[in-house]
Amino acid sequence: MANILTRTGDGYHLEMTEDEVRRDIDKGIQDAVDRAGVAPLEQDEIQHLLEIFKCPDKIVGVESGKEVCLSYDGMASKIRRAHIIINRVQTLQVFERALAADSLELTHIDYSYKPVKPIVGFELPDLDLVLNSTVAPVFYGAMPNLGLYSQPDGPCPNPADLLPLGKIEEARRSYEAAIELAVSDIVYVASQMYEAGVDGINIDTVGAAGDADFLAALLATEKLKRKYPGIGIEMGMAGEFVLGMHGELTYQGVRLAGLYPQDQVRMAEKAGATIFGPAINIVTSGSLPWNIARSVTFTKACSAVSSIPVHANLGMGVCGIPLALTVPVDALSRASKAHVEICRLDGL
Amino acid sequence: MARLQLNRGLRIDAAKKQVADQLGLAVRDIADPIVMSEVREDLNIFRVSEGPGTVDGMAAKINIARKLDIEINCVNLFKKRTGLAF
Repeated sequence: MANILTRTGDGYHLEMTEDEVRRDIDKGIQDAVDRAGVAPLEQDEIQHLLEIFKCPDKIVGVESGKEVCLSYDGMASKIRRAHIIINRVQTLQVFERALAADSLELTHIDYSYKPVKPIVGFELPDLDLVLNSTVAPVFYGAMPNLGLYSQPDGPCPNPADLLPLGKIEEARRSYEAAIELAVSDIVYVASQMYEAGVDGINIDTVGAAGDADFLAALLATEKLKRKYPGIGIEMGMAGEFVLGMHGELTYQGVRLAGLYPQDQVRMAEKAGATIFGPAINIVTSGSLPWNIARSVTFTKACSAVSSIPVHANLGMGVCGIPLALTVPVDALSRASKAHVEICRLDGL
Repeated sequence: MARLQLNRGLRIDAAKKQVADQLGLAVRDIADPIVMSEVREDLNIFRVSEGPGTVDGMAAKINIARKLDIEINCVNLFKKRTGLAF
């Protein structure tokens, strides 16, 4: 029997026997079950995953009828990143008309709400041009990026300096002050965009600075939905587990530290998000069968409890996609097919 | 479908069914480029074309809002700013 050619989480080729692939799938599932307390995959789903890896084709795709919508992060920088001189409006037009994007996202190169706030007036003319020259729904996207609010980049004492000194209460107060500033910035920028006609806001890479970062996104979402009931809000996460950098923060009575995707989505839904994006970390030394099985197990549990659309974050280094600048299409298409079909996703 | 997901929080199967029903199509047709090219041209909701008279941008979105009975933020602003009613 021919070996199966797959990859490790950093993208390098790896040859495995069918038994080794099957064992790694089982171990990946078990790791997610142990960590998040979710149900394992069913036997037919495990067999389906195995078949996806056994398929000798370079590119695989979802079955007809299981097509999903795609949303993006940092869309406006993707083509410029390839050293192609193109403006942001043209970039979004290329995504819509040449790359068949289902939704568009206007973004600033410094992809955080804080740096956008002082220059938001210079973002609006581009938004106006995009809205008048495209047809797909348009997001404005950026990250809460709570790290930008602590010294030396921001006004709050740096919790990373305070914690080693045992100043735990001071660090917590600093996080709380940063939350307030971040919520104000997100709401300000999003309000400007919505009042200029944007369809939705993408709050992306949520939780990158831990539970305080997640709470800032939830509170901003709640405020925006109260202010603009028709606004669409996608909340995409930074990782599978909310780090308890503060440790005691709660949202509607639920402690945020330690939440896995099946609970993160419940919080996002309560706050008023209309699309949720779980992000499952990649382990670069693990095989893709292990990584994808693990990611699918977390994500299936998230999709099962969600009443809003789930767009899993299948990008470089998350949800079973290798951590590589040029993602191999065999790996990308296998991870996408597995997530969409087994988790019954709404989008990627 | 993306608009129904983003602005109404509809999950994919419900979004596909609603779009298909409102366009009078089978669900499988809405992912078919041949069928949808004709539908897009007939309904003036934009198709990639070299021909004259392509309905694009705001005009296409006005037609989408009307056909699918959905609110599109920039269409509502356009109506408000121009005083046009449709």
